[in-house]
Amino acid sequence: MTQFNHVQTAHCESGVISNIFRHYGLHISEPMAFGIGAGIFFGHLPFVKVNGVPGSTYRIWPGAIFSRVCKRLGVKMQSHKFSSPGKAMQALDDIIEKGIPVGMQSSVYYLPYFPASYRFHFNAHNLVVFGKEGENYLVSDPIMDTVTQIDPESLVQARFAKGFPEPKGKMYYPLSVPKQVDFARPIKEGIQQACYYMLKIPMPHFGVKGIRFLAKRVKDYPAKHGDRRAALYLGNIIRMQEEIGTGGAGFRFMYAAFLQEAGTLLNKEELKSIGGDLTLVGDLWRNFAFAAGRVCKARSADNISYGELSDMLLHIADEEEKVFRRLSKVKF
Amino acid sequence: MKKDEVPQDGDNLHRGTFKQLFYAVDASGNYTAPVSSVGWEPENVALGQAWEEVEHRVAATRDKVESGALSPIAYYMERTLLDLPLLARKVGKFQWQVKRHMKPAVFKTLSAGMIAKYATVFAIPADTLQKGTLLPFQRPE
Repeated sequence: MTQFNHVQTAHCESGVISNIFRHYGLHISEPMAFGIGAGIFFGHLPFVKVNGVPGSTYRIWPGAIFSRVCKRLGVKMQSHKFSSPGKAMQALDDIIEKGIPVGMQSSVYYLPYFPASYRFHFNAHNLVVFGKEGENYLVSDPIMDTVTQIDPESLVQARFAKGFPEPKGKMYYPLSVPKQVDFARPIKEGIQQACYYMLKIPMPHFGVKGIRFLAKRVKDYPAKHGDRRAALYLGNIIRMQEEIGTGGAGFRFMYAAFLQEAGTLLNKEELKSIGGDLTLVGDLWRNFAFAAGRVCKARSADNISYGELSDMLLHIADEEEKVFRRLSKVKF
Repeated sequence: MKKDEVPQDGDNLHRGTFKQLFYAVDASGNYTAPVSSVGWEPENVALGQAWEEVEHRVAATRDKVESGALSPIAYYMERTLLDLPLLARKVGKFQWQVKRHMKPAVFKTLSAGMIAKYATVFAIPADTLQKGTLLPFQRPE
């Protein structure tokens, strides 16, 4: 049986990276993986709707952190997608037989060990399978505090869930992992990329601009969509901020932890100080969620409360912009 | 967020079995080990609201099926937390086809194979769907 050292993390993708790499002797903390992968982001996409509710994201799209970290640290990954569940499960069995822990993309809806109230159709969850006990697979799911198990039927359903983004049985494992890595350059590249995505993407939906875009929309929610839908839209902004394994304000804190770790590693006081500023922005996001939660709970939409929430978002956008402007000027 | 501010608002959404991690700073502003949280009120409110919406949709669709306006496909779609694009994708049909199957008259003409496909997606027995029995919806506790 393969020994796999399971450590619970705050977010699934950065957590899987940290857990798998550690298995091969490359120690990288979750915030470090998140930062090198330039995971921090914001996006509001009113035209991408799930059950009629527009989506927001507080981090970069699924898979991006992983591929960037691998590229920047020189880890070679093997990744497969499959046309049929039979082949996918056979391939999984073959790999874990060799003692290789396997990362995979899955749908939360079909994971029986998940708290039931969180099991919506979300297809971009990452977990590690590292062995079998009888028929069942041993799972290191980074957001669970201990190792769990999953029956083969559920795993097949989770791996072959339909809908965006379709996992198609995706599984991945490292072919080669360097034992020693110089973090200086990957950190620098990760920070520069994050600054670009937060400040310069020429689309109104993304980065700091995206937060302002959302602010404008929130103000009009009650007038445009009525009490009920306005509250639902708002609820979804909070949920995307705090949902299991995604954590919105949580991502601000995680990135701040990264800046602090990077500052210590590279001996740059400035990074630590910017991390401190970002921690304060995370607190602003938390305050926003508090206020939005109260509005959701009250159920009666009035323009004033939505206006105030909109102002809070504008303030967050200003502060977040200051943080990333400062970060983009750090000399490496 | 300071360590002692990490929210601990449990309300049974996790049945006390699940904890999330948060990065938080100590008194001197340093991030150390992440802190466990049993839940956070705004998230609990938003999640509760999302489930209320599911309940509402399921009940509204049940009424429509019972009054003969829609077929059981529509009911089970809501019960399985799916929407039209996702359901169409799962049964390998176009959205307009699935919409047609939601008409009671068309539903009656569906082949056993098609019914079985839908039943698998809805995780219910095929003859339950065929007969149009509407199994109750249970919101997870």
